[in-house]
Amino acid sequence: MNLLFGRTISMQLRLTIAVVLSVMLILGDRYTSGGTAVRTSLNTLVSPLLYLANLPYELLSTSAKNLTSREQLLKENEALKNKQLLQSEQLQQYAFLAQENEKLRALLGSNPRQQQGKLVAQVLSVHSNPYSHQVVINKGTSDGLREGLAVIDELGVVGQVIQVGASTSRVLLITDTTHATPVRVLRNNVRTVVEGMGKISSVKLSHVPHSLDIRIGDVLLSSGLGERFPEGYPVAVVTHINRDEGRPFAQIYAQPVAQLDRIRLLLVLTDTPQMQEVKIDE
Amino acid sequence: MSKQYGLIVLSVFFSLVMALMPLPISMESFRPDWVLLVLMYWSLALPHRVNIGAAWVTGLIIDLATGSPLGVHSLTYAVTIYITASNYQKLRNFSIWQQGLLVAVFLALHHLLQFWLHHFLLDVYFSPQYLWPVLTGAICWPWLFLLLRKYRRHFRIR
Repeated sequence: MNLLFGRTISMQLRLTIAVVLSVMLILGDRYTSGGTAVRTSLNTLVSPLLYLANLPYELLSTSAKNLTSREQLLKENEALKNKQLLQSEQLQQYAFLAQENEKLRALLGSNPRQQQGKLVAQVLSVHSNPYSHQVVINKGTSDGLREGLAVIDELGVVGQVIQVGASTSRVLLITDTTHATPVRVLRNNVRTVVEGMGKISSVKLSHVPHSLDIRIGDVLLSSGLGERFPEGYPVAVVTHINRDEGRPFAQIYAQPVAQLDRIRLLLVLTDTPQMQEVKIDE
Repeated sequence: MSKQYGLIVLSVFFSLVMALMPLPISMESFRPDWVLLVLMYWSLALPHRVNIGAAWVTGLIIDLATGSPLGVHSLTYAVTIYITASNYQKLRNFSIWQQGLLVAVFLALHHLLQFWLHHFLLDVYFSPQYLWPVLTGAICWPWLFLLLRKYRRHFRIR
């Protein structure tokens, strides 16, 4: 306590400088595109911290894995084998269908569907901002990630990459209040938009007229219109419809297909340009 | 001299890890704001060392690590630490429980500022559970205070 009187800079001045700098940062972050090199390098700087914070969970889950009994493992193995058998059967069909689809598209003269590159990423279980729905994954620019890539899991669409660092990135979930996903109804191809409400198990369909043909249980697929999410991945299932004529639009709520509260392994869809030339064969 | 700064930085770093560590989802909304509590302690104990500048930088790290819009935590931490650091002589004279009550008031200010900034930036709406950390933080304060005082005296950080 040798500084009883007098400071080099007064507290008020320090506060003023801090407030001005923060407001500049907030405005700069809000109203400029986030994909700057500065942001990426800053994200890279904090990623060791994220890995460190994830460490206790990682240790616990590895020790839990080591403690699982032989019987449990055998049971799980059995279940996985059954699942694999079923899926490989579907896959055989898929190869045939994909080929047929390509031929039909070629006949119609439309572009073939773009092949997506895929990258498996793991969710780092670290605390995020409570006001927004995000997760951190363990892949970054060094793995070829960039902002705006779509992220899915084994069930459906999860969200999109919003910030990248060298070895970690941040994924905004489809349930966040700032997120909207263009979708279409599987049953009749009606287009609409799904918006997040900040609730992990519910999203809403915005600006839907009362006359729209939509029912409870309808599956909503990504429509590919926003050019973020590739076409055809399941997004949500309609759970609740309120056609109150007194309101300008019908209130329709849906439940995300992906289990967003317990995601662990994710697929990032990288857009490697594998566009194939259309060959129309006789 | 630099070793003493190192020890302060170490405690803040540890609180950052505590703040980012995963918790069961049911406990998540009760997590106290460890970083702010630790910063508050240092700003009361050594206001000439830890004050607005340190709070601002730590807030920026929190912003980057938790993915909130850049500058939000910097702003609220700077404002809260300004209050504690400029009133440290009064605050030190209170008993530890009274300090806890006042800390609750400062935490409430911090969390409401946070909410309003996020409301303007992200369109979130208020839910009372955003204020749980105020209560848990105030409950944790006496223990954190005693712990950090022991830490400070043991290593003679001045």
